[in-house]
Amino acid sequence: MNVTLTVNGQAISRDVEPRMLLAEFLRDELRLTGTHVGCDTTQCGCCIVHLDGEAVKSCTLFAVQADGSKVTTIEGLAGTDGALHPVQAAFREHHGLQCGFCTPGMVMMGADIVRRIPGADDETVRHELEGNICRCTGYQGIVEAIVDAAAQARS
Amino acid sequence: MGQFGIGQPVRRKEDIRLLTGKGRYTDDVHVDGQVWAAFVRSPHAHADIRGIDIAAALESPGVTHVFTGADLEAGGVQPLLYDLPFKDRNGKPMFKPARRILPTDRARFGGEPLALVLAETAEQAKAGAELVEIDFEPLPCVTSTARAGDPDAPVLYPEHGSNVAVHWENRAPDEIDALIAGAAHKVSVDLVNNRLVVAPMEPRCAVADYDAASDVITLYTPTQGIMTMQTAFAALLNIPKNKLRIVAQDVGGGFGIRSKRYPESIAVAWAAKKIGRPVKWRGDRSETFVSDYHGRDQVNHAVMGLDRDGRVLALRLETIVNVGGYCGDNGPRLPIDGGGRIIPCGYDIEKFYFSVKPVYTNTVPTDTYRGAGRPEANFIMERLMDAAADATGLSRIEVRRRNLIPTSKLPYRTQMDFVYDSGDFIGTMDMTVKEADWDGFAARRAESEKRGKLRGIGIASFVEQAGGRPTEEMRVKLEADGSATVYAGTFSHGQGHETVYAQMVEDFLGIPFDQVKLVQGDSDTTPVGGIGTFGSRSSMMGGVAIRRSCNQIIIKGKRIAAHLLQAEESQVRFEEGLFKVNVSSVSIQEVARAAADPSKLPEGMKAGLDENYLFEREPDAMNFPNGCHICEVEVDPDLGIVQIVKYTAVDDCGVVLNPLLVHGQVYGGVAQGIGQALTEDAVYDETSGQLLAGSFMDYGMPRAHHFPHMVAHFNESQPCKTNDLGVKGAGEAGACGAPPAFVSAVVDALSPYGVKHIDMPLTPERVWRAIADAKSKRAA
Ligand code: FES
Ligand code: FES
Repeated sequence: MNVTLTVNGQAISRDVEPRMLLAEFLRDELRLTGTHVGCDTTQCGCCIVHLDGEAVKSCTLFAVQADGSKVTTIEGLAGTDGALHPVQAAFREHHGLQCGFCTPGMVMMGADIVRRIPGADDETVRHELEGNICRCTGYQGIVEAIVDAAAQARS
Repeated sequence: MGQFGIGQPVRRKEDIRLLTGKGRYTDDVHVDGQVWAAFVRSPHAHADIRGIDIAAALESPGVTHVFTGADLEAGGVQPLLYDLPFKDRNGKPMFKPARRILPTDRARFGGEPLALVLAETAEQAKAGAELVEIDFEPLPCVTSTARAGDPDAPVLYPEHGSNVAVHWENRAPDEIDALIAGAAHKVSVDLVNNRLVVAPMEPRCAVADYDAASDVITLYTPTQGIMTMQTAFAALLNIPKNKLRIVAQDVGGGFGIRSKRYPESIAVAWAAKKIGRPVKWRGDRSETFVSDYHGRDQVNHAVMGLDRDGRVLALRLETIVNVGGYCGDNGPRLPIDGGGRIIPCGYDIEKFYFSVKPVYTNTVPTDTYRGAGRPEANFIMERLMDAAADATGLSRIEVRRRNLIPTSKLPYRTQMDFVYDSGDFIGTMDMTVKEADWDGFAARRAESEKRGKLRGIGIASFVEQAGGRPTEEMRVKLEADGSATVYAGTFSHGQGHETVYAQMVEDFLGIPFDQVKLVQGDSDTTPVGGIGTFGSRSSMMGGVAIRRSCNQIIIKGKRIAAHLLQAEESQVRFEEGLFKVNVSSVSIQEVARAAADPSKLPEGMKAGLDENYLFEREPDAMNFPNGCHICEVEVDPDLGIVQIVKYTAVDDCGVVLNPLLVHGQVYGGVAQGIGQALTEDAVYDETSGQLLAGSFMDYGMPRAHHFPHMVAHFNESQPCKTNDLGVKGAGEAGACGAPPAFVSAVVDALSPYGVKHIDMPLTPERVWRAIADAKSKRAA
């Protein structure tokens, strides 16, 4: 089946197996390996990308379901000048990552939270991260980073 | 020194790459022409194998090869053997059967790999694996730790006749039982240290590429130690070490299980050479659940006698550890001379009896997981101390105070032959009690009560041990452009070595942080004496090796500087990046440039400033990170739900190289400890032997909402005395402190019901039942 979409601002058109997942499409077809796959049960959130501006788990969508959409992955989040997105910068500032495997999903989810809920507090952010697992950080730096970026978004 | 030196909260160098999707993990490796691997796994917990028929699989579309253990063994692949020296009191050695990479005669746990299918695509390989027909004769199975040694338990190794691998005992004085029997207070605990799935977020993968011209297999794999893996894997593949190259770039978490000798990786490496094409295996999460080593899984029975004043007279401890279907690389070692040797932790107890029975069961083998025996040991001691407080009427703080080893007794040789060099166990506890506002707890409890919640506070004082294997090699090379490269034998997989090692080199040599590069993760460039990163050893072992490599650079640099400045070598001082003689000086960058140019060097000196140091610590020179953690919880008595509302940690990690990163280690360790105590449990169905908690749907990985914002401090007053840097390990403290502090808090919350203990994990169901049982007992 054909799928035509925009990924990180680039128009892409490919023939794919109908059962190919969006995550596989990004990783294996486009070699955008920043999007990670950490589970097979839609639990971990390592695979989160933005589909038409909203966070989705790319392991839970077929590639063909993204037909006609705009997809942003972690590779496309920073500005074209290379300036980090405020959530990326906040992750660095607050030590929100260790091994970095959950990080792309956490950052994409964080950007989504900040967009939806400027000024989100600690408790809100923790609740919003229900679908993202990190094994390294104890979430402390991740939550601090998102709360910080959300505060910046409000001001 | 400056803003990027030792002790500063320097932001990480590795972050930009990892935050922008440029990390490179094993699954990101794609080699042109690769075939995909899938493993056929045992659906049974225990079964004899009467035959393996691969004909249908070979016919399946896209399938190129199917291999069984017979093929691997014909190709020279060796079984896993174990270097575990334990004996029983009569000198009879432990029973430690070999593990075949892909067995053809018997499967001993559900998920055990039995055959390898290769195909053009991953889907085709999986479809092919479905068609391998194995004729199984299912056997009765045993999964329970406590029951594996029973006379009527199904036996995994009939040739041994029992599942108990060895009954190991320490050399205990005879009077222990008499001391306990005669004690004013006698307490006992029966504990379950629950089995855990380690679950680093990156599922396990392996990619192997064989180059016929050089006869070298390159294996891309997650790891924690490149050279240890090269040595072990080359031996299993029966090839010289220099014919196996191990490469790992980024690794998505380790926690102890990454460098192990996994059958899947061996099979993939062997197959790539056998068929002459690259082979890639991507384990999915469900596969990782049944093939990565599991952690913990002990039951403990401990009895302790105390005198009238609450001082411990003697301790008796019996542990059973479930090692699974085979020995893990280290599994049976953990409670004995692995981390478990830390028992009795921070307490001044000379008289104790200690026995361990490792048992085989039809479960995934267990091995090192964050703390590797130390969390288990500290959990036992802390539950005993809470029981002692209860029996003596002393507060939980006071009973600890009376038994913790006072600083004045250091250095202190434990009964198990560790030498504690430094620490202020009582002072650290007092700091934590103050930081956590223990004295204000009653008011907070009253406030919670108004909202219908039961509030509890819990404390854990712990000591663990770091340093691990006694050697490590690092290399520091100055480039002609004045920058520096660190070639590490350690292997950073989240710890931030790119940053910390650069801080060190800036401090030691005055080379700016930005101009220090880390090279790791390739056996072609890793120093041959490299060991790796586990057991919280990198800052101590790797750090000292860097310090001493830099010292050698300074010594050689002084000779070069003397030559350049036409002075005597003895007149040269090195300070903050400058070699000085009186008022003249040359910078280390200038010296590095000169070092590259033989015409500028003294007669006979080899060009370059490039030094390795193989650090061998004294056997006793380990370090003993310690701390005290206090946890506060609210329990909903109707639902049994526990919420952590406050968590305070004070850790003594010696000299703190980068507080940002060390705090990160503490938070991460606490989260894994809380995971064990609150949500995680690798439950097996005892009848079928199937792992019930086989995915993130059924296995309770802790989430962000399980934690409050934690407060962590350091007690930096006790630098380690056994290494040049004064550092102690930092990675495993949280996993030691959190489970006992948490359980103590929940039991305290339930004190109105008289609850004394609940086994981990303290799920809502267990907490609710504990309350319901207490209520019905009271009514009766
Ligand atoms: S990979 Fe998508 S949720 Fe885990
Ligand atoms: S940083 Fe390793 S899983 Fe989150």
